[in-house]
Parts: sequence; structure tokens; C-alpha cells
Amino acid sequence: MFENLSSRLQKIMRDLKGEGRVSKAHLNASLRQIRIALLEADVHFGVVKSFISGIREKALGQEVMRSLTPGQQVVKIVNEELTRLLGSETAELTKGVRRPTVIVLVGLQGSGKTTTTGKLARWLQAKGRRPLMVSTDVRRPAAIRQLSVVGSAIGIEVEDPPARDPVRRARTARKRAANMAFDPLIVDTAGRLHVDDELMTELQEIVAGVGAHEILLVADAMTGQDAVRSARSFGDRLDLSGVVLTKMDGDARGGAALSIRTVTGKPIKFIGTGEDYGAFETFHPERMAGRILGQGDVLRLIEKAQAAVTPQDSREMLQKIQRDEFTLDDFRAQVRQLRKLGPLEQVLGMLPQGGLFKGMGKVQVQEKQLDAMEAIINSMTPLERANPRIIKGSRRRRIARGSGRRVSDVNRLLKQYLQTRTMMKRMKRGFLGRSMDRINFPV
Amino acid sequence: MNPSKPKERPGYFGRLKRALQSTRRELSRRMNELLGPRESPISPEQLEELEYLLIGADLGVETSESLVAKIRQGGRGKRPISSGQARKLLASELLELFEAPGWREEWVAKPHVVLVVGVNGVGKTTTIGKLAHRYARAGKSAIVSASDTFRAAAVEQLSVWCRRSRAELIMQRGGTDPAAVLHDALQAAKARNKDVLLADTAGRLHTKRNLMEEVKKMARVAGRLVPGAPHDVYLVLDATTGQNGLIQAREFLTTLGVTGIVVTKLDGTAKGGIVAAIASQLKIPIRFVGTGEGLDDLAPFDRQTFVDSILG
Repeated sequence: MFENLSSRLQKIMRDLKGEGRVSKAHLNASLRQIRIALLEADVHFGVVKSFISGIREKALGQEVMRSLTPGQQVVKIVNEELTRLLGSETAELTKGVRRPTVIVLVGLQGSGKTTTTGKLARWLQAKGRRPLMVSTDVRRPAAIRQLSVVGSAIGIEVEDPPARDPVRRARTARKRAANMAFDPLIVDTAGRLHVDDELMTELQEIVAGVGAHEILLVADAMTGQDAVRSARSFGDRLDLSGVVLTKMDGDARGGAALSIRTVTGKPIKFIGTGEDYGAFETFHPERMAGRILGQGDVLRLIEKAQAAVTPQDSREMLQKIQRDEFTLDDFRAQVRQLRKLGPLEQVLGMLPQGGLFKGMGKVQVQEKQLDAMEAIINSMTPLERANPRIIKGSRRRRIARGSGRRVSDVNRLLKQYLQTRTMMKRMKRGFLGRSMDRINFPV
Repeated sequence: MNPSKPKERPGYFGRLKRALQSTRRELSRRMNELLGPRESPISPEQLEELEYLLIGADLGVETSESLVAKIRQGGRGKRPISSGQARKLLASELLELFEAPGWREEWVAKPHVVLVVGVNGVGKTTTIGKLAHRYARAGKSAIVSASDTFRAAAVEQLSVWCRRSRAELIMQRGGTDPAAVLHDALQAAKARNKDVLLADTAGRLHTKRNLMEEVKKMARVAGRLVPGAPHDVYLVLDATTGQNGLIQAREFLTTLGVTGIVVTKLDGTAKGGIVAAIASQLKIPIRFVGTGEGLDDLAPFDRQTFVDSILG
């Protein structure tokens, strides 16, 4: 997600940054590049147009041209405009005055409403709430059943009233939620085309009938130029309160996010990032803007790490890094922790591109390789793990036999270990050393 | 003077929204002008608008730019071509992106095995239902393999479609290996001498290596039981998909050898222009278009109709 857009924008930015003088021609060329990068990322052409003209207007302003570092000024403007497009504050869910708070999910067919209903319910449950889900999709075959299956898979109550009328189904569920102290009620709706007037009316009736506090538009991150049209139609008919972007774990450049945000003016509140029901996160626009411009989403990585790593682990690791005592045992522990963080590609995607982690994004570590790495380290003696330097030819052959791998695999592992160790040293000096203090690890 | 800063903030989105709306209105107005039978020479602004029209239909920057470049060159040497000529030229250039018609579904093997694949939520299950119906109407006996064992209630959804289209459904409990379900279905199809087997698959993002391996395994299993199977691999693509569609198609093509594309949800406002890039760059033919929720809402792809809808 966003990687491709960001790597292209970063390149343009790098070219601009160093310039002591930005000629009009150079600016135009850069803007053209930005335009293409955004269009190829599926940002709506209207959004792109005003984005570009906004930047041009400002960049040609007196201040920029007279400043000592015009290139950097332009980069700053792009940064600001992008942040503004994405919004700058993390949006919270509305809470109703009276319980239950009612959340209605709407969207096109196949955008992922039912899955999102489940994910959102689980997310809320983890926050100590007691959600109830109800499906009002009486149209798609087995849609109601799908939500029931989702409910039992994640252990969340689903109301399935006998009524076949969507509004009545929602109202019945609301009553039950009120009586049984469920809160919030999450209402799944039938997918529809925004041009379908009848269904849009039905949606308005559901929203009015159940008294929705929060109406979330569920949208597919892979959507193209049409995102603008459908988002606007939903926004015209309903008082949307936010957006959930799904399928963010693919490689779509996600320009739809910018378009939808612009057109509806509503914040993106959540993103869906995987097949698992736990793959659901709060959307942090300022971090996303940083990520697009290559500053990485280190905060998200750290949040994930905090969830996966015990305080003691991290304290020990930190000390080891500081004392430069990173052994193969620690490497193995790291490999294990890494697996707890989730799919590797996602983890690597959160690191800032360039600089310290330059080229890391291209390191193709596969889950299976992690298995192999663990097996190889397991086949070493404690002495070897503590002193990797003693692992020479014959030890390597024994380890390879022991783990059912080739000697070349063992060699590669040792090389990876050395690289990691080198990176740790660099971290100690640079980036992590500084930010670790700020982050306030639970040490 | 500091004109831009303070008053920038409040009406930003309002302004942008208005800009967007007017862009759209402007665009359609200009297009009517542009694509009408006008004698006046086409202006650079009209060409730019034209490019945006194509980009707005999801054709992508590269394809759109090259199409517009061709129109610009259309008036080679002499004065620029008229807008009337431009429309004709554009239509014929767009048509050329697609394979010439003449395709007929020809089945040599029995059962003819069709694997239906795609990312999540594009409409695979619905497409299978419609395809089964289409074959039934053509007098072909169809069997459907419920091999989306991952998504909740996918099998139930498919069974409703199969009842409607009177196709036989082979299923197992959720969570089983999809290749095992397909294996059963293949044997059933052979035993009952069915003409065609349609295999549903779970939605998978093309970036998930393990899931791509899973579907590859399904293809292998099919090939082991029926020589040459799968005979067709249909990639289902949502018309609202943007530029990522090309990447999806490329990935599925290299993994499975996609033989045709089915474009769904063309009944909305999305134009599905990305299939033009897929057809021209990857040489994958577009086979069917889905236009609704009814059994009959599936038609063979017609490039003329498609081009008209992009320009119309």
C-alpha cells in the first residue's frame, strides 16, 4: 500500500531538495512527475488538478523563490498539502448519548462490509465494549448467514430476527441491544451501486429507523477513478461520519483514499489490513502522510512491537544492543518476535524508506525462510550460538546436516546475522538511540 | 503581503469539492463539443480534456497519453484535425486495443474445467452462478465446485446460485483444502459425464504468496485428473478497480496463465477502463461482462459497446 506512490514521490522530492534555485521549468517538470505519480496511484484527476495547481501557486510565490533553499521549500509545500488532503487528526468513533450507540456500515458490493462489521466488532470488544451485530442484507444470497458465521468465529453475538425487512431487522436488534446492555450495535447493510435509487432510499430508511450515530462508508483501497463518484453519491444521500478503507494489504497505491477523503470531507477512521479478523487498525493520517513521503510509520511498528514483545524482552534486548552483545541466541529470539508482529512484508513496509533502512524493503524474507533460520540456529551448540566466530567449515557442515539444510543456507544465515548486528550498531548510534528515549518503551 | 496563508484553511474542502463538480460538468460539456461532428480544429485544451476523460475512465496515464498523442499526430503536417475526426480516430484506436472478435467457446475436453479466480469482493461467486446458468441454457450440463472454503458462508451463497441455475454443486465443510473439494468435483464430473466444471475459489490478493500457491495447487490437481485442465482460467475483475487491476492481472497471469477476463459491476458509473490496458499490454482477452444481480446479467464482451460507453 502506498509504497509505490511514495517511492516515486520521494525520488521527485530528492531531486528537488538539493536545488539551490528552482527554475520555473524545473518546477513544472517536477509537478508533472508528481501529477503522473498521483494519477497512476488512482487519485481522482480532479483532486490531482487542484493539488498540483495549489502547489504551483504557492511554490511560485515570492517567499519560496527568495528563500535560501527553494527546493526544500517546495518539498515542504508538497508535504503540507498532502497532509491536508489526508486530514491531520486521528478520528474517534462517535458515542451516542443513549445506549446503544448505533454504527451503520454502508458501501458498494464487494467492498468488504460484512468482514469489516466483524473486524470492527472485535476491535471494539478488545476495547472493553460489548458489541452486537445485525445484518440487514436480505438481498445477497447467504449474506445474513455469513455474518452469523463471522460472529461465531470471533465470538461476538449476532442478532438474527425473523423479519425480512431491513429496517425492522435493524430496529429489533436495537431493542435487543438496549434490553441486554449490548453496546454498540453494528449494522451491516446490503451492498449497492450508488446509482441504484431504490436501494439508496432503503439505506436512508435504515439509518433513520435505527437512529444511527455513526455511518461509515466502507471502500475498497483498490478503487480507481470511480471512487469519487460513488463516495459522493453516498455522501449526498447519507450523513456519513467516516470512512473505512479495506484491502490495504494489497499493493494498490491507494489514491482512492485521497479522493474519498477529499470528496466526502470525512475522515478515514479505520483500515483493514488482512484476511485475519484482527487485521484492523485505527487510521493515523499524519503517519500516513509521513509514510507516503518516506518518513515511515515507525510509530505503528512500535505499537505492534509493544503488543508482541514483553517489557522484559525489550529491556534485555535494549541492553544487549547497547552493550554490543548481540548473539545468535538473541538473533533467534528476534526471529521469533518478528513472527509475532504479523506478515513480514507489512512489517518492512512500516520502516522508513531510504537512509538507515535503505533497500530493506527489497529484502525478500519469506515466512518459510524464518522456519529454516530457526531450524539452523537450533542445530548449533550453545557455545556456537554465543560465539558465532568459531563456526567454521566443519561446524557449518554439521549444522547443515542437523537442520536438514545446505551449507550455503547456513552461510547465508550467518551473513544475515552479521548484517543485523551491524544494523544494530548503527541503530545504537543513530535513529533508535535517539527515538528510543522518546518512545518510552515499557522498560 | 501575505495573501494565501490565513484564509486558506476554512473552505478548503468546500472549494475542492466545487472544483471537482465543475470539472465534471465542464468535462461532459466539453466532451459533447469535442466529440460532436464539428468541423473546427481541435484545440490543445480539448486534447487535455480528452486525456482527462480517458484517465477518468481508468485507462491509466500511459494508455491515455499515447491515445491522445495519436490524435495529436492525426493532423500530421497539415492543420490539426477536426473534433469530428478526432472522435472517429479515438474510437478506432480504442477498438484496436482489444483483440478482434471471433471468439467462440469451444470445448474439446469433457469436462471442460474452468477455474474462476480474483481478489476479494470482485464477484466471483455471482459470476459462477451466471456462467452456470448460461451453460445450462446452452444445453450443457454443469457441475460447480464450492472450493471457496475460506470466506464465511461462501458455500451457502453459491448453493443459492446453483439452485437458481440448476447446476449440481459439490461441497464439503468449510475450512477444508480447496484442492480436495475440487478433486471431488472433478471425479463427480467425470463419473456423471458433465460437460463443464466451474470451480469457485476464495478471493485472494495477488500479493499473498501462500494463497497464490494454494490456487496453483488447485490447477495442478485439476490437470492430474483431467488432461489439459484447467482449460480456462477466468480472472474476475471489478469495474471499479483502478490501476491495480493491471498488476492483479499480471500476477494471476504469471501464476496461473489466465485465459480470459470477466469484468463485473459495469452497471454502475465505473467504466472499467483498466481492462483496455490489460487487453493491450498483457494480451489477455476480455470474455464476459457482468451488469447486474440477475441470472442473465452476463454477456459476452463486445468491444464496440465497451468503447462507446467510455466515450459516451
